[in-house]
Amino acid sequence: MVLWSIILCAMDNRGFRQGSFSSFQNSSSDEDLMDIPGTAMDFSMRDDVPPLDREVEEDKSYNGGGIGSSNRIMDFLEEPIPGVGTYDDFNTIDWVREKSRDRDRHREITNKSKESTWALIHSVSDAFSGWLLMLLIGLLSGSLAGLIDISAHWMTDLKEGICTGGFWFNHEHCCWNSEHVTFEERDKCPEWNSWSQLIISTDEGAFAYIVNYFMYVLWALLFAFLAVSLVKVFAPYACGSGIPEIKTILSGFIIRGYLGKWTLVIKTITLVLAVSSGLSLGKEGPLVHVACCCGNILCHCFNKYRKNEAKRREVLSAAAAAGVSVAFGAPIGGVLFSLEEVSYYFPLKTLWRSFFAALVAAFTLRSINPFGNSRLVLFYVEFHTPWHLFELVPFILLGIFGGLWGALFIRTNIAWCRKRKTTQLGKYPVIEVLVVTAITAVLAFPNEYTRMSTSELISELFNDCGLLDSSKLCDYENRFNTSKGGELPDRPAGVGVYSAMWQLALTLILKIVITIFTFGMKIPSGLFIPSMAVGAIAGRLLGVGMEQLAYYHQEWTVFNSWCSQGADCITPGLYAMVGAAACLGGVTRMTVSLVVIMFELTGGLEYIVPLMAAAMTSKWVADALGREGIYDAHIRLNGYPFLEAKEEFAHKTLAMDVMKPRRNDPLLTVLTQDSMTVEDVETIISETTYSGFPVVVSRESQRLVGFVLRRDLIISIENARKKQDGVVSTSIIYFTEHSPPLPPYTPPTLKLRNILDLSPFTVTDLTPMEIVVDIFRKLGLRQCLVTHNGRLLGIITKKDVLKHIAQMANQDPDSILFN
Amino acid sequence: MATLWGGLLRLGSLLSLSCLALFVLLLAQLSDAAKNFEDVRCKCICPPYKENSGHIYNKNISQKDCDCLHVVEPMPVRGPDVEAYCLRCECKYEERSSVTIKVKDISLVNLYLRSTSIHDHEQLDHQPFANAHDVLARSRSRANVLNKVEYAQQRWKLQVQEQRKSVFDRHVVLS
Repeated sequence: MVLWSIILCAMDNRGFRQGSFSSFQNSSSDEDLMDIPGTAMDFSMRDDVPPLDREVEEDKSYNGGGIGSSNRIMDFLEEPIPGVGTYDDFNTIDWVREKSRDRDRHREITNKSKESTWALIHSVSDAFSGWLLMLLIGLLSGSLAGLIDISAHWMTDLKEGICTGGFWFNHEHCCWNSEHVTFEERDKCPEWNSWSQLIISTDEGAFAYIVNYFMYVLWALLFAFLAVSLVKVFAPYACGSGIPEIKTILSGFIIRGYLGKWTLVIKTITLVLAVSSGLSLGKEGPLVHVACCCGNILCHCFNKYRKNEAKRREVLSAAAAAGVSVAFGAPIGGVLFSLEEVSYYFPLKTLWRSFFAALVAAFTLRSINPFGNSRLVLFYVEFHTPWHLFELVPFILLGIFGGLWGALFIRTNIAWCRKRKTTQLGKYPVIEVLVVTAITAVLAFPNEYTRMSTSELISELFNDCGLLDSSKLCDYENRFNTSKGGELPDRPAGVGVYSAMWQLALTLILKIVITIFTFGMKIPSGLFIPSMAVGAIAGRLLGVGMEQLAYYHQEWTVFNSWCSQGADCITPGLYAMVGAAACLGGVTRMTVSLVVIMFELTGGLEYIVPLMAAAMTSKWVADALGREGIYDAHIRLNGYPFLEAKEEFAHKTLAMDVMKPRRNDPLLTVLTQDSMTVEDVETIISETTYSGFPVVVSRESQRLVGFVLRRDLIISIENARKKQDGVVSTSIIYFTEHSPPLPPYTPPTLKLRNILDLSPFTVTDLTPMEIVVDIFRKLGLRQCLVTHNGRLLGIITKKDVLKHIAQMANQDPDSILFN
Repeated sequence: MATLWGGLLRLGSLLSLSCLALFVLLLAQLSDAAKNFEDVRCKCICPPYKENSGHIYNKNISQKDCDCLHVVEPMPVRGPDVEAYCLRCECKYEERSSVTIKVKDISLVNLYLRSTSIHDHEQLDHQPFANAHDVLARSRSRANVLNKVEYAQQRWKLQVQEQRKSVFDRHVVLS
């Protein structure tokens, strides 16, 4: 149903585009009749057109030219040239231009809506289209997340055996209806056969163990190989977590193809394969990428969002919220994650829409979830035992552990990724993936806690032991007379618990080490689940330790005053949860969103204080050791032009210290408003690599007229050479309203006023850089012109600002790669 | 005209894939008809009590009847012991959808197959104007449908090559 609507809208969008173009053309032809081009003008005023002399039409022009500026007087050839107003790959968008374009479009629709009922319907549907888009995004992301979930569960169990009662069932569902499940061996049933049972018909003995081991490693390698090959052959952008790149895209960067259909399909398939191969990675980060791809693809159905990059980024923010919402089953946490971590500009209108998209996604997932009980959240925590004030001490200890681990992980992971970027290691991605998978599988099989999937491990660690739980972790000695059902007092640990502690300690070490090498490989990999696993193991170890301490030393004042005899005092499951939150906070430096996600997982507010204590402690400790979270560190590693919105610029430099050209450089490359030929402009374009040029009145006066982009120049000149009669290399290009006076027998002139941005932002050379950085951040500028006493002096681009900030922070300014 | 053809082609491919999906699903259902998998159950876990060992009871029963007395059959203890035995048991109502589990396999395959057919048609709309010089080149090639498909495939191959270069060779994006 959702797929049908996508197909239908894909068929429609061509019609949409042509329709809108023709409507613009109609409006321009009406205006054409009002003015007569080429009439006599007062040439003495040509250099300096006072504002009062502007024609009435000028009021209708908006900042930045572009497609809709067809209110210009021109001959009938003037029509929006396709491509003007779009952006090159790996470039930053112009937020101001996009926003004002949207305002104009909206204004036009509102004005026209008074004319006819059809126009009124059009304006209503335009307003409604945002909500429809959110609904579709929620439906599509929820369905894809459900598909990924079910497939991953099935394929993970495929490494261990197969269900003879229906090969599509995983272990749990194979034994679901079996009548041969016993109380002691709740996992075994005759319908589920491990590989050794299928191959050598027995499950006991050393040989069977070896066969199982071998098949496990084989399946893991097969899945990993398939994943990395698909990524390499079909969609190289599908690797990694995706969140650093999405952060950069949402701040205004363009990476074509990153949120495309192929990337979506390959990411979905390879995510399932990567998770099933037993590697230490999660699927939350890639799910955000998948949801944003859905958002981007569905934007193409709606004209309003397809053409406008700024509006599209609002939709992508909402899609990111939907992605986290389906990953955890936490809609509010998803919205806050999008607000805090991923988005750059987050208007209030987007907040409500993001929440809507996140809710729709969560409920779609719930409705197709086959695992019953209509559970919405990922790790369902059912206990509500109270915690005690003295337990804040171990919780803060867990916070410190989380912060330390976060700082360690970021540093080592970035070092390893840098090695991958710069040395020979990066030339063999497939082999790297296979080697890491082999090591992980070989080390993981012997220990039951590493053999199970990480989500299952976390669920088990969060679980509070009831009387009927049969796992090793719950092997307590039940030395009491009454059994009141749910409430159990503290019990001494049995043999099973001690061996589980050893195994968990080994798991902890393995996971800490192997995740450093896994995150950043050329397959989709997230790090929420591995971080939570590390924290949950540490928390559970500490919790069981505290519990046994409380049981064996009930005479200590601490336990005596807070714990009552024979009652449940310490809940190790809670420690696991707090540890998971601490480690996740230490790595990603999430604050509010982390606490809200964790409290949505528990379904109650009673554990909010421990969670907040741990999250705050871990953030402070991690910030003391390293400034950036993992995603910001990866952004800096890749050199993306991301202007950090949260940090203050606290140096006393001025605009003239940063602007280009520097003292010894050649003068600023400018275009004059009406004295350059096509050939001159083309020479400048081919000799320089600047993305835009200021336009001045004349080289002597250096008075600013506007700013024109390289891409628009190239497209317009090529278009003019092909379509317009008589335009040759010696034709004059002019940016003024009327053609300059020329001697007779000169070739026809080329007017390019419609691609000129008439209101570029300027600052004076003595403006402090703090203000300049603030302007760049708040307005989303790409470049800013610097004037001195009213004359153009230089230009500051976003790249210059980023390099300056890096220099001031003693980092390598050459690491900023893109503009 | 070209859009009509493109739309018809897309419709045709989607229909054929949906037919394939339906067929496989039907096949799966037929193979499953002989089995006895029901999708709702009440599961009661009862621990050891006196001389009885622990046992797990499953029964296909509605949610309101999901308790020890309805599910535990035959009752291993008599008379007053029944209440004590039942107090220790934990009963939970569970449901699942086996059809959804079956369909997911088909969906994955479907997704893979659709991707190979969709990329031909959609790449044209999806990545316009990546290069300024391509802009006008594109608007000129209004050739027939086959040419368009081939052209789109070529463009897609070029794009993937570019992506591969940025990611794997130059290590410029996605370290």
